[in-house]
Amino acid sequence: MSAPSDELLAHHKLDRAEYARIEEILGRPPNLVELGIFSVMWSEHCSYKSSKIHLKKFPTSAPWVVCGPGENAGVVDIGDGLVAVFKMESHNHPSFIEPYQGAATGVGGILRDVFTMGARPVALLDALRFGDPAQPRTRHLLGGVVAGIAGYGNCVGVPTVGGECTFHRAYDGNILVNVMCVGVARADRVFYARAAGIGNPVVYVGAKTGRDGIHGATMASAEFSAADTSLRPTVQVGDPFTEKLLIEACLELMERDGIVAIQDMGAAGLTSSSFEMADRGGTGIELDLDAVPLREAGMTAYEIMLSESQERMLLVLEAGREAEAAAIFARWGLDLAVVGRVTDTGRMVIRHGGRVVADLPVAPVSGASPVYDRPATPPAAPRPLDPAFLPTGDDARNSLLRLLGSPDLASKRWIFEQYDWLVGADTIVPPGLGAAVVRVHGTNRALALTTDCTPRYCAADPREGGRQAVAEAWRNLVAVGARPLAITDCLNFGNPERPPVMGQIVACIEGMAEACRALDFPVVSGNVSLYNETEGRAILPTPQVGALGLVEDVDRLVRLDAAREGDLLVLVGECTGWLGASLFLREILGREEGAPPPVDLAVERRNGTFVAAQIAAGRVRACQDLSDGGLAVAVAELCLAAGTGATLLPVAAQDPTGWLFGEDQARYLLAVEPAGLAPLLEAATAAGVPAAEIGGLGGDALTLGRCPPISLAALRAASEGWLPSLMGERAAG
Amino acid sequence: MRAAVITFPGSNCDRDLAVALETCLGQKVARVWHADRELPPVDLVGLPGGFSFGDYLRCGAIAARAPIMAAVRRHAERGGYVLGICNGFQILTEAGLLPGALVRNAGLRFVCRTVRLAVANRNTPFTSAFGAGPVAIPVAHHDGNYVIDREGLARLEGEGRIAFRYLDNPNGSVADIAGVLGPRGNVLGLMPHPERAVDPLLGSEDGRPLFASLLAAA
Repeated sequence: MSAPSDELLAHHKLDRAEYARIEEILGRPPNLVELGIFSVMWSEHCSYKSSKIHLKKFPTSAPWVVCGPGENAGVVDIGDGLVAVFKMESHNHPSFIEPYQGAATGVGGILRDVFTMGARPVALLDALRFGDPAQPRTRHLLGGVVAGIAGYGNCVGVPTVGGECTFHRAYDGNILVNVMCVGVARADRVFYARAAGIGNPVVYVGAKTGRDGIHGATMASAEFSAADTSLRPTVQVGDPFTEKLLIEACLELMERDGIVAIQDMGAAGLTSSSFEMADRGGTGIELDLDAVPLREAGMTAYEIMLSESQERMLLVLEAGREAEAAAIFARWGLDLAVVGRVTDTGRMVIRHGGRVVADLPVAPVSGASPVYDRPATPPAAPRPLDPAFLPTGDDARNSLLRLLGSPDLASKRWIFEQYDWLVGADTIVPPGLGAAVVRVHGTNRALALTTDCTPRYCAADPREGGRQAVAEAWRNLVAVGARPLAITDCLNFGNPERPPVMGQIVACIEGMAEACRALDFPVVSGNVSLYNETEGRAILPTPQVGALGLVEDVDRLVRLDAAREGDLLVLVGECTGWLGASLFLREILGREEGAPPPVDLAVERRNGTFVAAQIAAGRVRACQDLSDGGLAVAVAELCLAAGTGATLLPVAAQDPTGWLFGEDQARYLLAVEPAGLAPLLEAATAAGVPAAEIGGLGGDALTLGRCPPISLAALRAASEGWLPSLMGERAAG
Repeated sequence: MRAAVITFPGSNCDRDLAVALETCLGQKVARVWHADRELPPVDLVGLPGGFSFGDYLRCGAIAARAPIMAAVRRHAERGGYVLGICNGFQILTEAGLLPGALVRNAGLRFVCRTVRLAVANRNTPFTSAFGAGPVAIPVAHHDGNYVIDREGLARLEGEGRIAFRYLDNPNGSVADIAGVLGPRGNVLGLMPHPERAVDPLLGSEDGRPLFASLLAAA
């Protein structure tokens, strides 16, 4: 190839410096197939070139971590000879272009990342961020994304048990669809993606390869412009039925020996799967594209290598095991083809039509992608709330009802009832009650799962926001009686080539890393989604956390709906009435300002450890972490879950608005049997943890101090009404 | 009581049904592949929920023509018990073992929630162990809206072949029908998932009487 045109390079999202580096690596100009391969392998999506140096700041190990970042998913020990395998991934750009298929294939992709490691997927969670609910497009996107997640997850038979869904106009042009999958495997049966054994066959299984999704990974690494709806052909189409067959066939094959390596064909398809397997194994691969099962005739080598057709996997088998594997896949009605073999050359040699169409050194393509230390402007310190500004607004009763019916807090029943959250018959704590809890099949253990991030905190103070996202996830796990083990993340930001955005990325990562270290809560997997901006307007920084904890004995877990009339309410943690960057400020007063509540990680750990001990001692019937909307919202949610009213004692000498709606961190609301109160408070004193009885449960209304009571029916109507009404329906039940 | 559960490509409640049957019947359950032509010697055959053949064409339409279905038909003709849950119910209507059809929910969306059911006929091998009150059992389906012609409905009503009715109809089914029996009373299809309601940890044990009824009938 002679010197490529600017247009050709732009199409491949490579700059001149990167092109020069390619020529230097090869000692010659690349041909078009090779250029396409470099383009996807060096895309932000595959290479993490803008974030790599910062991702190294995360703690990634702990005694219970079996496998940290770098493989298809993270692996942690959950006892009984079992491991949990989990990861979260973004499918933001495709979901904006075509919400149903974008979200559906997001689910498909993350499932493959998990079962590729030998784990049966047991739970899905989805963290969704949409734009202004008043925009008609938001309804279209929300409806499509939810239907896509449902269409895929329900069919494959993996329960969708939790997640988040919030709204802000900053996501008008770039929604976020972050999908987390959790699987369970035997500890001695975890599979990795390291091609080894010279001469071993490289085997392709699953759906045929078509022309869909070519350059999806490069698309996921670009900003949108208004004209980009023309990108629709790069969005893949999912087939959950084939995925279900693929799961069963792969897990069946994994029951036997014979798999050396296995990797799903996700972003950048055959290219990334083959290069990554060879790179991790320190080997080479010869690929024969004439053997690849194709959906349509006349596909070029370029198209075959870059196709992102879904539901495909690449395996390395022990030589001689091909027939056995083929029989299993045939039984499930799936294609299997030997498409190459492992070599010791360290090169990827690709043949098509009997000709060598690409011959590249593996390590530089996979491992020597450019790494950028992009200039970052440290975020400006947030301006604290003007002390002279005292929120007045509505009375507490009206404020609470408005908050419960606000987009971020309103019940997401309309969403989660479209998901089969119970298939598998192990979902103990269903969606809508804090962290979800899924029993480890056939055992007395369970996994507690949550997704968390508060983008408005991250926007106001990225470092504090990063800390808070991790701390809130940790709290949510503690609150069901789980031992927090590890997190996965999806780091969603705008264009990293803009220093203020890079500043947010660096600060959020550093904040998260501090919290992970302080809470022994390492990062074991994740992904990065940059360029989430349209015409120069970036999303709120959204370092999404997905977290996993272990419930050692399902009989000891606590759940919100277990609280009952007569229980006493105890508030754990210090209340300063912090209203900066609070939901109250935004939803009731229409002001997005102030610093977010500071996260004192030592206090988080101390308070969480205390709460965990009280739960373990059997003194707690229900536990709720305090977050958006503060104490009043936490009590209201507890009432709605338990189906009983509550009374909060009037608090003297305190700003009632801050007391009720402030968002101080490291706090929990406990429902305690009366007999448990005294020992609990004594233990709190001994541990130096602030804890106070603040009221009790009973009746059919919530009374906040001196405010008139709010009936449970009114609370429920406020909470349940908003989303169905947005989507043009009446609330169910 | 000896029981078997059939797995079609795309079934996803086959394990759950087998576990529930083993829990409630106290006996190992045979697993049968859709391409098999014979059933093992059993009293009960379970057709599980899921998305057999991806629900492509019509829910249950392709599975209804799977090789094993001829054996299921013979089993039913011999008087053996057949239980189709959710997609299994759809398969039984597509196979002509039960009347009527299941079409898209009236709300056009998948719905997963626990619903209240009335046991409409307690004098059947599937329902004799239920008490008089309503039961809470989850549904999870996109196509659970039961339809049948006027004469067919009259026959079902007249012959006591409506086993369960929704008290809060989630899908628009005619006459709130949640489960129907075949002409001889030995084949039951229902959209709710009793196999998800046998474990107190999951919130309801109201599915157990269905399996207890079968145990008593055997």
